[in-house]
Amino acid sequence: MTLTSTARRLRRPMFRERRRETWYAIAFVAPAAIGFVVFYLFPAIRGVWLSFTDYDLFSSGEFVGGANYAQIVDDKVFWNALLVTAEYVVVNIGLQTAVALLMAVLMQRLAKSLVIRGILLVPYMVSGVVVALLWQWLLDYQIGIVNNALDFVGLPRQSFFGDPALAILTVAFINVWKSMGYTALLLFAGLQAIPKDVYEAAAIDGASEAKAFWRVSLPLLRPVLALVLIVSLIGSFQIFDTIAVTTKGGPVNATRVIYYYIYDLAFNRYDFGYASAIALVLFAILLGVTLIQLRLTRANKSDLA
Amino acid sequence: MTTIAVSRRRFHPGRAFAWVLVGVFVLITLFPFYWMLRTSFSTNGALPSHSNSLLPAEGTLDAYRRVLGLSSVSEALEKGGSTASVDFWRYLRNSFIVAISTTVVQTLFSALAAYAFARLRWPGRNVVFTIFLSALMVPPIFTTLPNFILIRDLGLLNTFLGIVLPNLLMSPFAVFFLRQFFLNISTEIEEAARLDGAGHLRTFFRVIVPMSAAPITTLAILTYVAAWNDYFWPLLVGQDENVRVLTVALGIFKAQTPNGGGPDWSGLMAATVIAALPVVILFTLLGKRVINSIQFSGVK
Repeated sequence: MTLTSTARRLRRPMFRERRRETWYAIAFVAPAAIGFVVFYLFPAIRGVWLSFTDYDLFSSGEFVGGANYAQIVDDKVFWNALLVTAEYVVVNIGLQTAVALLMAVLMQRLAKSLVIRGILLVPYMVSGVVVALLWQWLLDYQIGIVNNALDFVGLPRQSFFGDPALAILTVAFINVWKSMGYTALLLFAGLQAIPKDVYEAAAIDGASEAKAFWRVSLPLLRPVLALVLIVSLIGSFQIFDTIAVTTKGGPVNATRVIYYYIYDLAFNRYDFGYASAIALVLFAILLGVTLIQLRLTRANKSDLA
Repeated sequence: MTTIAVSRRRFHPGRAFAWVLVGVFVLITLFPFYWMLRTSFSTNGALPSHSNSLLPAEGTLDAYRRVLGLSSVSEALEKGGSTASVDFWRYLRNSFIVAISTTVVQTLFSALAAYAFARLRWPGRNVVFTIFLSALMVPPIFTTLPNFILIRDLGLLNTFLGIVLPNLLMSPFAVFFLRQFFLNISTEIEEAARLDGAGHLRTFFRVIVPMSAAPITTLAILTYVAAWNDYFWPLLVGQDENVRVLTVALGIFKAQTPNGGGPDWSGLMAATVIAALPVVILFTLLGKRVINSIQFSGVK
């Protein structure tokens, strides 16, 4: 009896301390939690609800069941947008990863200078709007320096943004230019993490530099590469700034990517219900891509471990 | 040892080619910025006839005067500008207001939350943290549509509060990023502070924050750059001239084609220089830290 009461007396301040700690934790988390609930959680739930209504910013919005989703199935512009987005993502990610990998290897093998890494990162730090305007000027049909250069070497001038066959490739190229230094830096960090003795062993075995890259660097870089791919892939699906500034989805629908289509539906046609349904589909696509990627990554856990 | 030194000094065609590649990458990165500067100091009318000249075409500061709202309408028209009023001083000020307030408030509240997630023990901590993290998965546009309705219903369209509010109180990334750092601080120092009678708030500000100055600064820079460069959200809620930020202003400026003739390229390039410069300066001063933290996030 006395023993338990002593124990209780000893434990009581601890209990009080725990309660105090909980109150402090609640106070510390509260501002962020309010921000989270009001601007992340609540809109996410509301977005799902909107996708089942015909809300248009001016009326209260009637529940229309799955009508929006049924509309998506027959919406040629949506499928085209998905196709254009896929084309953009494949070109952007493919080119960017290849160039960044080359840059990363160069950084690691000879140019370890921080200044060079800093320079290559500048386009990533600058706003997408600035980059878009800059390239629109460089690629101008009449007096742009790139077309002048084409002219100089005897190639025909190109309407980079006006030609439906070129427009989305141009946008993809611009964003490769913007992010290649950033991607290269991430891959460079991955290369730095590979222990030196692996290369030494390869060199002793008589492996050339090229062989060391294909047989040593690349396989050991796989986990980092996979992570970088997934992050840039998700970002790539959300291409908006460049298109909003330069082509506005045109010519015709050649650059009407899914993000721009959603924006157009919501803010030019006030069709919030339908726009929300497409946004939810985009969410599902990204979730699917992430899950597939995560699976692949887990299957290929670092060979170093 | 000697063989390595010798082979280093010997001319190596492969190595030389690799250095050429590095040079090409640096050139591809820097030349567009040079061209932006060069054009911004040019006279619009002279651009077509000097389209290949590496120096500014009929060098002048007119473009800057025009976009900073320092030249009269007729003067601007004459130099290939448009009749619409442009005042990049004001947009610069607006961008500073938005980026600085977002950075300060968001970093503070995200750090407080990160501390509670990393260091305090309370029921439901991990569940709440996981829910916070799940927000990283949601594509921004999905929550942007309802957020726009909310901001409109609150009557906050075309106000600074409306522009900053969704990002003001937290960002899931910031909470996640700082929590990782707080987890690694040794508990002994914290306990010593607690034994000295410091409360949780004091421990946070006097021990945790000073010890995490580096990651907090890094995060603040990243937040600042993101807020400065954001286009989508301010485009939706802040087109009014009084709150128009640089990115939105650039888009509108681009759309205002002057009467006759092509776009006001020297004016546009001057405006992009103004929009890019603060971030480039910040990056030059603190770039080392940013580079290191990006590399860190790559390995982790």
